[in-house]
Amino acid sequence: MFAFNTHAQHDTITIASTTSTEQSGLFRHVLPVFEKVSGIRVRVLALGTGQALVVGRRGDADVVFVHDKTAEERFVAEGYGVKRFDVMYNDFVLVGPTSDSARVAGGNDIVIAFRNIAQTRSPLVSRGDRSGTHAAELRLWKLAGIDPHSGRGTWYRETGAGMGPTLNTASVMNAYAFADRGTWLSFRNRGDLALLVAGDPRLFNQYGVMLVNPAKHAHVKAASGQAFIAWLLSPAGQQTIASYRIGGEQLFFPNAPH
Amino acid sequence: MLPLILENLCFSAGEREIIRSISCEITAGTRTIILGPNGAGKSVLMRLCHGLLTPTSGRVTWQEADAARRARAQAMVFQRPIVLRRSVLANVLYALKLAGVAAGERRPRAENVLDAVGMSALADRPARVLSGGEQQRLALARAWALRPEVLFLDEPTANLDPAATRNIEAIIGAIHDSGAKIMMTTHSLGQARRLGDEILFLNAGRLVEQASVDEFFRQPRTPEAAAFLHGELP
Amino acid sequence: MNDISQALSAAAQLIVSADTTLVSIIALSIKVSLVAVLIAAAIGLPAGALLAIARFPGRQALVAVLNALMGLPPVVVGLLIYLLLSRAGPLGEFGLLFTPAAMVVAQAVLVTPIVAALTRQVIEDAWFEYEEQLRSLGAGTMDAALTLLWDTRFALVTVLLAGFGRAAAEVGAVMIVGGNIDGVTRVMTTAIALETSKGDLPLALGLGVVLLGIVIGLNLLAHWVKLGAQRYHG
Repeated sequence: MFAFNTHAQHDTITIASTTSTEQSGLFRHVLPVFEKVSGIRVRVLALGTGQALVVGRRGDADVVFVHDKTAEERFVAEGYGVKRFDVMYNDFVLVGPTSDSARVAGGNDIVIAFRNIAQTRSPLVSRGDRSGTHAAELRLWKLAGIDPHSGRGTWYRETGAGMGPTLNTASVMNAYAFADRGTWLSFRNRGDLALLVAGDPRLFNQYGVMLVNPAKHAHVKAASGQAFIAWLLSPAGQQTIASYRIGGEQLFFPNAPH
Repeated sequence: MLPLILENLCFSAGEREIIRSISCEITAGTRTIILGPNGAGKSVLMRLCHGLLTPTSGRVTWQEADAARRARAQAMVFQRPIVLRRSVLANVLYALKLAGVAAGERRPRAENVLDAVGMSALADRPARVLSGGEQQRLALARAWALRPEVLFLDEPTANLDPAATRNIEAIIGAIHDSGAKIMMTTHSLGQARRLGDEILFLNAGRLVEQASVDEFFRQPRTPEAAAFLHGELP
Repeated sequence: MNDISQALSAAAQLIVSADTTLVSIIALSIKVSLVAVLIAAAIGLPAGALLAIARFPGRQALVAVLNALMGLPPVVVGLLIYLLLSRAGPLGEFGLLFTPAAMVVAQAVLVTPIVAALTRQVIEDAWFEYEEQLRSLGAGTMDAALTLLWDTRFALVTVLLAGFGRAAAEVGAVMIVGGNIDGVTRVMTTAIALETSKGDLPLALGLGVVLLGIVIGLNLLAHWVKLGAQRYHG
């Protein structure tokens, strides 16, 4: 049920990451391997991307590992992060009730699917929490030329919560939801929800990692944090990420620069 | 300490005047019983003397200038005994400690006094589970251990059965014999006769009569006192 | 109904398997809440007692504020402590954020007003009963506070249990300042929140059943000890 580390006197780093990486089980798969080779213990804060970046900005974590490239680049540009590296990607998916009142099932054009949902005013539950997933969803609404907030309170519902609670809400309301594939695959309370739209290149979900700038926060464990980043980007780290599967399905696809 | 002199003593609670200009002198040695119908102000008068209440006007004067010594020379036992949730012995030790009695002296003194009230066998028992009579005996022992010059007693037997009442009266007698001035309120004329030397008779907040027990019961000087003795006042 | 029975069987499995991770989560929950309650007791018991006994201007307002603080929203407390303990905050240099110590601080802040306010009520009720006797024995405010804290100890056990219950059941604040880090700051409530967000409702509810069981068990134990002691001490 829970991973538990027993390294005693080793260096410990804190990484601010997202619920999608933690709750999908990726860290439970990857971290023990890293801890074994490095002797560095890793503590994970599973937050939304927005909150994770704030934690990094305040110096309360050593490494930030999130998925909102625009926000990450701003984080680095403002000097809070040292340098950003691509680590891996997976994709977003649109899930919804099998009754599918917006008739989107089986499609692979997410923009058309979004338009159909808006036109049929089919209920959709959004994270609304400035997470990476939320940011990606908003970009797609923009592409569709729709302001979903015009449907706020009617068909468009913002939970202001993490991916899991949002999926729980969608499950109860029989509503559509925009989710990351990892969380969806490991989500247990699906009810009538099913995966309806996937495979559109615009659903690409890139994860990036960066060290919190020791120049801003002197206590940042730069060496250990950098060691973790280096390992993630190394063939061994990339191989470990690729080997994580749920029900035979690969969740994350490593794509670190060589 | 004594005599205690009260001058134009008044006490009001809000609009209600409870004690109305009482003046008198209370001398050493005697047992003074405060009598009077319900609501006459007996308990309030005693609390004013003991310092638990502050007079609205008038003065309470003891023949002792030092406030701390004045406080330590008095003790009071209430109608409903308040014993602490600890052993009988610890209740007495507690009072001695607050009174500033030297640590080494407390235990012998407490044991002596418990012996004197016949409670040695109960010394280690939790005080709160004692019967009402036993708790009142403990309250008396606790007061006695302080070796007060003046002991105030506010209807100490009001809630007790006849056997316990006799027991308490005997202890009050013994405390008096040990040299303490007794000031006590009671509802029982019999008790006033048995225990008292002097009567202060109050009615509606005024001191109506101050007389020896003999005089008071034989020949009350005021119609109110006479009516009270005939059971015509509540 | 099906969900509930699944939850109960999940709870049974959790208990039977005695999963080491679960055991360490339970142990951390109890440890954090216990330390928080001890801190709250160290501050809240004397503060509540003094507030009950001392008389000073503004006391009533202080009592009202204290009673209101019992309803402090945990998320607000969590956020304030987060900002205080954050590296960018005034106490950042201690590096306490996302450690059990931070959770102890948050829970102590939430529980101290509860302990203080309930203690104030208990002691004030007792003071009403004891005041004259204690003042007659010469007890000052400090003496009286200590005496009443000891004399009302059985009622205060219940107060501390109420505090413990609130601490152990709290999720909003410990989530923010602890971060729900696997193996470091994950406690029962944050684990429940996590399993809920993973959509594993039976496991979440099963953990809830275990938490409830622990709190009820502790209360029963304390209640027993208290009853026994109370029967002995009265």
